[in-house]
Amino acid sequence: MRERSLIMEAWNGFKGTKWQETIDVRDFIINNHISYEGDDSFLEGATERTKKLSHKLDGLFELEMRFGGVLDIDTQHVTSLLNYKPGYLDKENELIVGLQTDRPLRRGVNPFGGLNMTRKACQAYGYELSEKVEEEFLYRTTHNDGVFRVYNEEIRKARHAGIITGLPDAYGRGRIIGDYRRVALYGVDRLIEEKKKDKEALASNPCDAETIRRLEELYQQINFLGKLKDMALLYDIDISSPAKDSKEAVQWLYFGYLGAIKEQNGAAMSLGRVSTFLDIYFERDLREGKYTESGIQEIIDDFVMKLRMARHLRTPEYNELFAGDPMWITESVGGMALDGSTLVSRTSFRILNTLYTLGPSAEPNLTVLWSKDLPKGFKDFCAKVSCDTHAIQYENDDLMRPIYGDDYGIACCVSAMRLGKDMQFFGARANLAKLLLMSLNGGKDERYDMQIGPEMPVYEDEYLDYDKVMERMSFYRDWLASTYVKAMNMIHYMHDKYAYEKTQMALHDTDVHRYMAFGVAGLSVLTDSLSAIKYAKVRAIRDENGLIKDFETVGEFPCYGNDDDRVDAIAVEQTELFLEALKKVPTYRNAEHTLSVLTITSNVMYGKKTGNTPDGRRAGEPFAPGANPMHGRDKNGALASLNSVSKLSYMTCKDGISNTFSIIPSALGHTWEERRDNLENILDGYFARKAHHLNVNVLDRQLLIDAMENPEKYPTLTIRVSGYAVLFNKLTTEQKKEVISRTFHEGI
Amino acid sequence: MTSDATVGRIHSVMSMGGVDGPGIRCVVFLQGCPMRCAYCHNPDTWTTEGGELRSPEEIAEKVLRYRTYFGKDGGLTVSGGEPLMQAEFVTGLFGLMREEGISTCLDTSGHGCVGEKLDKLLAQTDITLCDIKFTDEGGYKRYTKGSLEHVQSFLRAADAAGVRIWIRHVVAPGINDSRENIEKLVEIAGHYRGVERIELLPFHKMCIPKYEALGIEFPLADVPECSTARAEELTGFIPPEYRA
Repeated sequence: MRERSLIMEAWNGFKGTKWQETIDVRDFIINNHISYEGDDSFLEGATERTKKLSHKLDGLFELEMRFGGVLDIDTQHVTSLLNYKPGYLDKENELIVGLQTDRPLRRGVNPFGGLNMTRKACQAYGYELSEKVEEEFLYRTTHNDGVFRVYNEEIRKARHAGIITGLPDAYGRGRIIGDYRRVALYGVDRLIEEKKKDKEALASNPCDAETIRRLEELYQQINFLGKLKDMALLYDIDISSPAKDSKEAVQWLYFGYLGAIKEQNGAAMSLGRVSTFLDIYFERDLREGKYTESGIQEIIDDFVMKLRMARHLRTPEYNELFAGDPMWITESVGGMALDGSTLVSRTSFRILNTLYTLGPSAEPNLTVLWSKDLPKGFKDFCAKVSCDTHAIQYENDDLMRPIYGDDYGIACCVSAMRLGKDMQFFGARANLAKLLLMSLNGGKDERYDMQIGPEMPVYEDEYLDYDKVMERMSFYRDWLASTYVKAMNMIHYMHDKYAYEKTQMALHDTDVHRYMAFGVAGLSVLTDSLSAIKYAKVRAIRDENGLIKDFETVGEFPCYGNDDDRVDAIAVEQTELFLEALKKVPTYRNAEHTLSVLTITSNVMYGKKTGNTPDGRRAGEPFAPGANPMHGRDKNGALASLNSVSKLSYMTCKDGISNTFSIIPSALGHTWEERRDNLENILDGYFARKAHHLNVNVLDRQLLIDAMENPEKYPTLTIRVSGYAVLFNKLTTEQKKEVISRTFHEGI
Repeated sequence: MTSDATVGRIHSVMSMGGVDGPGIRCVVFLQGCPMRCAYCHNPDTWTTEGGELRSPEEIAEKVLRYRTYFGKDGGLTVSGGEPLMQAEFVTGLFGLMREEGISTCLDTSGHGCVGEKLDKLLAQTDITLCDIKFTDEGGYKRYTKGSLEHVQSFLRAADAAGVRIWIRHVVAPGINDSRENIEKLVEIAGHYRGVERIELLPFHKMCIPKYEALGIEFPLADVPECSTARAEELTGFIPPEYRA
């Protein structure tokens, strides 16, 4: 009965009953959230304590940069929940505790995804993976081992040529969001109890492979919930019961997240949608006089400092693909509830306020769920934060809410999922520009002169005919889609088998809906190339072996990015065709096929791997990021460019459509109020057209050029790239140049 | 088509302007201007030859593509060139915008049209961005082909039509960047009750490549650009009620 009274004390004053009977965080939020319709004037700045800690942390970040990007690696222990002694930033003064390893910014090794990758990553920074770990893994199969045992020749070739790139076959797949709020609301004991019930209920199922797998998964989930409790106990904190107050709620929730990132090194380890959930605890304590506003901001600041310290050990090749050491600790902020009330709370403001109290930063990846109905005070604050810090992104709540309800979060950059109810099998991108070239060359790669796809004679005529090209593409598209789905099935089968996300899946319902998230890169290159073929005259230029290596394009053709339906329709059609082709191939665990138009920073690398294209792009030149039009081809101003992207259908690209928008401050308005209001109008206007996502940078190109030449002057300059924010100084020179070459919308 | 007086000669359409009137505006630049201002940054819009001929309906269709972005303040701005030279076309276009509830803004030097034609246009105009290029006839004579008197008569007509007025003034160092000049500008603006705002635009020379491409000499090549700091300092001489 002691437990019962602890629970009642923790839940004192909270309304609603359904969430008490079953695990249902959404019901708790809907019954208890307090909408905030005011402005930012209530916010407090950083306290002396926060400033001191933040200063210490900035020093560590600086040191990390000077050490070449990695401060320290623990090569002796394999990362997991209980393998390190407790670590602190400042034991006496920190409010929220818990580090991934025993020291700040020291990275652990995680060979479960692949041993070779871990070895190489250690070596890249002057370390050797310890013999102890090497030995331990002599007798273990990693996810990577598993995948390469089953990959066929076709997949290996497609991977080598770069027509499919970024397959998560050597590290954690990520993109799974544990519902970390459950740890705070229910305590771990209750979560274990529910999972045990689910396991017992499976006894009546037919005893087939799927049931047996689920039984084992539940065993692992329960086991790791136990470990999560033990991990907290290392810090002398008992999380078996629900959190009782503000500080505990943040601490409990953070432990849930910490357990996940100790266990997994997924490409994106997102946080979910925690601000307004936590706000319920904060408001209760504020009412009872337990904390002041400044005290609450301090807790959030401390929490965010912890998130900013999260790290995974990566190889330099990985960083070439995903620049700036990102974690994608995406926190979705704001949005509306299904009942019409706003889910904006004071804590929606407080979390954005950390960009002031702690300074601009790429992490956590703050993502505003934008609705036309958001309170004006919140819209104003978001726009101000965008103009000041270029660190937040926007996604269309009015578009997603009808599909996912009002308790979804964004994984990584743009992937929406119902929290605790959906998960996804993430992976890679197909290079559509290369698909076009391969179709022309009868399955041969234009760079390696190597047969990748099924063989067919090279396109014969001198001039390219749109219908003939489309016909060839439809054949190779089916081949590419099939190869891609097969690779993904193998990857996720093996990931489930050898690197299953025990902590994160324990924080999901036992019956989850699964997405399989495919992606495309080079959409704008393909679109403009097809437009050139359709509206201008494109002559194929062959090398001595008859392969088409270059093009001569004569005449005008419309380019994507100018709100010209003739060409924008091509982009729409190509995404639809690709999704259709994917859907023809069944997925592992019957996951739902989805598609994204998102490249992270890999648009630079994809470009490198792709030959000359009929749109006039030269071999090796970067693609535009995500769904953006190619640099400098959007000639009719910002809104025309936005309109073009907004035509891509979200129902076709449910895994997200990323668009990065850069505008110089003086083109956005004379005064900061004008800039703020105009930015709001742009967001309202773009999302009213059913567009999905917008990264916003309000800055001068000149500033970036200066930052490239004098990095020391801009230690915290953060900019939005495709789907995430990045510290400008962490980009490679090549990536910096590419960012600078992008279209900056200016007045004339 | 050329015989149809309501067809417009269009230089270009920029889908977004953030500093061309209130809010977010789609800006239509017309071809042709009689002014030949020494500091003009769009010399490619002077000639009445080039551009594309478009009906008000065609342009309206383009503008309406951006209506979701306009919010409560934004809308269409017609600039140039000199829109008053194509007053009938603009009147037609503005009329179509009014039918759609979209705000109309006229960016003009005040030259190119008078009388009934002008009144008809102003009746369809919500706001005008009116350039007062110089505060005396001497300046106008020396650096433009227009006159102060002409602008003042335009402003009187705009006031009579109840059009909101934002005054613009390009400030070039050594030519019109004195405190006295700004005070004179404020005094002139004070005669019209529609004036809400006076904007100073610092003179810059980003237009030089355009002049080179057209083979026209840029008369103010030796005049230094106006610094933002100086422009802000001069803005200090504008009464707060006229400032942005």
